[in-house]
Amino acid sequence: MTAAPAADAPPAIELRGISKAFGPVQANRDIDIAVARGTIHGIIGENGAGKSTLMSILYGFYRADAGEILIGGVPTPIPDSQSAIRAGIGMVFQHFKLVQNFTVLENIILGAEEGAMLAGSMARARRVLADLSRDYELDVDPDALIEDLSVGHQQRVEILKALYRQAEILILDEPTGVLTPAEADHLFRILRGLRDQGKTIVLITHKLREIMETTDAVSVMRRGTMVATVRTAETSPEQLAELMVGRKVLLEVEKGPARPGRVVLEVKGLRVRDAQGVERLRGIDLHVRAGEILGIAGVAGNGQSELLQVLGGIARGTGEAWLNGEPLDLTGRRSDGRSRRAQGIAHVPEDRQHLGLIMDFAAWENVAFGYHHDAAYQANALLMDNDALRREAQGKMERFDVRPPDCRLPAKAFSGGNQQKIVLAREIERNPDLLLIGQPTRGVDIGAIEFIHKQIVALRDAGKAILLVSVELDEIVALSDRILVMFDGRIMGEADPGAADERALGLMMAGVAAGAPQGAA
Amino acid sequence: MERMPGWADVVLVPLISLIIAFAISGAVIWAIGESPVEALTVMIEGSVGSTYGWGYTLYYATNFIFTGLAVSVAFHAGLFNIGGEGQATLGGLGVALASLFVPWPHWSLALLGAATAAALFGAAWAAMPAWLQARRGSHIVITTIMFNFIAASLLNYLLVNVLRPPGSMDPASARFPETTNLPGLDAVLGLVGIPFSDATPANVSLLIALAACALVWALIWRTRLGYQIRAFGKSERAAVYAGISPVRITMWAMVISGALAGLMAVNTVQGEANRLLLNSVEGAGFIGIAVALMGRSHPFGVLLAAILFGFLYQGGAELALWTSIPRELIVVIQALVILFTGALDNMVRQPVEQAFLLLRRKGP
Repeated sequence: MTAAPAADAPPAIELRGISKAFGPVQANRDIDIAVARGTIHGIIGENGAGKSTLMSILYGFYRADAGEILIGGVPTPIPDSQSAIRAGIGMVFQHFKLVQNFTVLENIILGAEEGAMLAGSMARARRVLADLSRDYELDVDPDALIEDLSVGHQQRVEILKALYRQAEILILDEPTGVLTPAEADHLFRILRGLRDQGKTIVLITHKLREIMETTDAVSVMRRGTMVATVRTAETSPEQLAELMVGRKVLLEVEKGPARPGRVVLEVKGLRVRDAQGVERLRGIDLHVRAGEILGIAGVAGNGQSELLQVLGGIARGTGEAWLNGEPLDLTGRRSDGRSRRAQGIAHVPEDRQHLGLIMDFAAWENVAFGYHHDAAYQANALLMDNDALRREAQGKMERFDVRPPDCRLPAKAFSGGNQQKIVLAREIERNPDLLLIGQPTRGVDIGAIEFIHKQIVALRDAGKAILLVSVELDEIVALSDRILVMFDGRIMGEADPGAADERALGLMMAGVAAGAPQGAA
Repeated sequence: MERMPGWADVVLVPLISLIIAFAISGAVIWAIGESPVEALTVMIEGSVGSTYGWGYTLYYATNFIFTGLAVSVAFHAGLFNIGGEGQATLGGLGVALASLFVPWPHWSLALLGAATAAALFGAAWAAMPAWLQARRGSHIVITTIMFNFIAASLLNYLLVNVLRPPGSMDPASARFPETTNLPGLDAVLGLVGIPFSDATPANVSLLIALAACALVWALIWRTRLGYQIRAFGKSERAAVYAGISPVRITMWAMVISGALAGLMAVNTVQGEANRLLLNSVEGAGFIGIAVALMGRSHPFGVLLAAILFGFLYQGGAELALWTSIPRELIVVIQALVILFTGALDNMVRQPVEQAFLLLRRKGP
């Protein structure tokens, strides 16, 4: 077994020799891990390293092929999530499992009701909730509807749900992905409070900073195996990153100074309403120059997606926009993706699995996606030239290091990072004047992140304009030449990435205008 | 994800489903005191045991190829066109009008004209629900099935009040002129020296059906429109991202689907009846759904499934004629085949898939 944190008492969780295969893929191989009671234990690893599989085994979603689970030193088989809950394990998923039109209280008792009538359980839950809220700084209004709560508060409801079920062990899967820095700080205060009361916390994340700031011990997974468990105090981010990928990686993006040229994209007074009539963009003014990367920072859901969609021709809006001085049609017949591409805009969408790729299509078919009107893809007036497409796809996949480099595999057979490389290869190699790119490295492993960042910088250096949207503040700061912060459909202010202070950015992201002239609501 | 080989997906799984369906049918026949072996013998001999049997089997299969292709094209666009019945009804009207009111000098020109009219009428009938779905959001399953009833009523009205020859008591159009009559399959096969029964309704439309299979295959997998139809069918949101217009693709897919369903009428109205009857479609529009499901929306699969259902139709008729097995049981057998090859597809597919994975892991 690897070095477990010293403890006299049996560890809260001990996994011995856990293995799990999906078909020919060995997701977990002979995993040993011990999590000491009353600690925050981080589990870190690249995408596909097997973290989620391991936790799903612990929570009873999957059954391990081999190995055993000990809870508090007692062998405990966990065939389903009910058993996990009985064993005192609570799980907070990355995507919350809350009923949107139920109140906090109703969500908390859901599945833990006592008897046929709700009144008794509700009253009991209300008392317990009041205690929990007081003890752990977990204040939420028990009668608020989930849909009215911020993401940070919804996450607290998930934690309360687990505590209400008397969880002694709390597993959190990528908990900060949707939070502002301030909300994340609050979450970590809550977690430390829970630890100090004797709870055991398992934190799954790919963010090294969170591991370093919050955890007592950290286990690193790589390709289905547990490569090391170390005390956080005795390690460094560089060492962890190296353990994760098995080689040194650059945490910083290498790029020279930008040489901004003429204005490529100009946007004035852009407004967008969603299907429910809610205004998602409330008057956006911005411009992007040739040879620069404009980063849009902000917590997810503050209008960044709509900005990309309306510029990419997916959604419609009002206001004015020009590309190279030519007006963009925001409402009429030419407000579609085909016209945008014809005008020189390429778009790497935020949601590559539902927008950027057809998952059932082969990689070579996806390479034509959006550009299927290109005459180069036609063999004659009637038929498409599939051979030419396959040749082109093969070339793109080799240049963008897509693995495996087999253009006949369907898109869904590739990992997230390799899917993203297929989209990038398609959009970047079109040599667009403006590249719209959303969440370029979401769900992408570290090795691929580095590659993707390099490609974006290379396109900038080729004199193209790039509009980057990401919820990863580190990524925005590392890549951008200028940063705009969005909050509630408006630009809160501009920041210089060289001098960017994460706290100041965080405040703007939370809607506090830091002396920003445009931001005043 | 590892997959099982293509041939297992396309051939093995449907074959196993079919065997199960036949086994249960056999058990039912045995349970009502008849001999399953005898029943199967009658069915096989009656449908494929002679060129006469083959003629009927292929005649039915021709209908099912057209309607199966129609459903398949819509499926590829993610649209469930269950209006094949109504579109084929309107196709029949097109055939009748073209045959009755244009003086065709030769059957080949009459075939061309009638087929064009059938396709246009079927396409127009499908275009209306398509437009309602694309522009107004009315669900195409609801509208196409309602259009079936409208088509039936419309035809009823036209036959009774407009197309019925004076003095006739029969709600049917006048007989088409001799020059529009299509050569039978015996004449076609005679050209290459294959003797074939001349007493069957199978006719030259079978060749059009086969050509339609090839054309639909090329459309779906080799053209830009087919690419857009498939992309739209897999993900409407992604299609919009790629600049594919949902309205345009919905219209195109349904118009092509309706045209294929309409073409079925060439076989029944011009090829067999030589006049427009009240119910010349006889449920083939609905059988097309089963054919498309079983054929996995692939034209070659549709061809095989259409021949199978042609066999079931003809074999079933023979069964009713020569044995005391009630006619209803034939419907049961057909239903079992649809159930196992369509609805319960996964029940067979999953174990077969697992068996393949197991074999592969043990192998090299």
